[in-house]
Amino acid sequence: MNMPLDNFASPSDPATLSRLRHRLALAAEVAGLLDVAYTTIDSPVGGLLLAATPKGLVRVAYEIEDHDRVLDTLSQRLSPRVLRAPRRLDAVARELEEYFSRRRQIFDVALDLSLSSGFRQLVQQHLPQIGYGQTRTYGQVAELVGNPNAVRAVGSACATNPLPLVVPCHRVLRADGTPGGYVGGPRVKRELLSLEAAAA
Amino acid sequence: MGMKQPFDRIVEQHGGTVLRVCRVVLGVHDAEDAWSETFLAAMRAYPDLPGDANAEAWLVTIAHRKAIDVLRARGRQPVPVGDVPESASALGVPGAGDQDLWRAVGALPEKQRQAVAYHYVAGLAYAEIAGILGGTADAARRAAADGIRNLRKHYPGAAAEGAPS
Repeated sequence: MNMPLDNFASPSDPATLSRLRHRLALAAEVAGLLDVAYTTIDSPVGGLLLAATPKGLVRVAYEIEDHDRVLDTLSQRLSPRVLRAPRRLDAVARELEEYFSRRRQIFDVALDLSLSSGFRQLVQQHLPQIGYGQTRTYGQVAELVGNPNAVRAVGSACATNPLPLVVPCHRVLRADGTPGGYVGGPRVKRELLSLEAAAA
Repeated sequence: MGMKQPFDRIVEQHGGTVLRVCRVVLGVHDAEDAWSETFLAAMRAYPDLPGDANAEAWLVTIAHRKAIDVLRARGRQPVPVGDVPESASALGVPGAGDQDLWRAVGALPEKQRQAVAYHYVAGLAYAEIAGILGGTADAARRAAADGIRNLRKHYPGAAAEGAPS
């Protein structure tokens, strides 16, 4: 396309669009259309995606999980009405910042566990009982949820935890004391354990 | 049926085009309100949009309706020329020329302005534009061609070679 039609674009468009998208997020919230609000934040363990439904925090995702794919999954499984709308995530973002600077040991935000179900969700509901700076083995967690033989299933429940960090699956270790797998990678798991050990 | 993308990605991909379309159809002054109304209505309807639909044509259709609401609300006054986007040209052609362009666009008959916006700014095919404006694809093609001819007459910088057909 030639002149003059490109002139309908303006160098100030990126700023205008950013303002309009912010306004859209607020209007969508007021209209009850914001089914999934998300934002991304920096942290000592890399970029984190935070997403919440009106019920509560529904997803925390590490960069290695690929944030675009995480958003695709939220769109498919919850609702395609997904917008970047940081305001709904302000509280959890602040609490995470406090956690990483060792000023917070317990997360105090509403959770929406609707991305998991059945036994996995049961395990995830129990994980916050493992206190800050403590650890349990997969077998101990299986006992905790009243199903001592379900050690492998506890492993799957931890591996598919939609809310890592806030639901502390990083505090669950192998019976031999080695960290075991982690959705954010084994190095991040060790970092979180040593962060909590240093502060506890 | 294709995968339903997060709505945020629809805004990311098409927000700029819809803004320019609204500007051409309504003028700079009302374009932002029309953009906001368009995307809020689109977000409401989005879960029902088939996954393989042409999202841009769908958004332009919604924007067209929202723009008609705005035009009706202000009693079909001509497009105001007053507010031109700051340093309007993306091509380094500053200042007065753009003022002339907006004046020329504002002076176009409504249907020509719409056809120019939907074809040359949004890149829609004439058959799709006919679906939005009513009438035939040929009529849409004529309206866009007349619009470009009128623009050239009143805005000497206007040349539409190489435009999508």
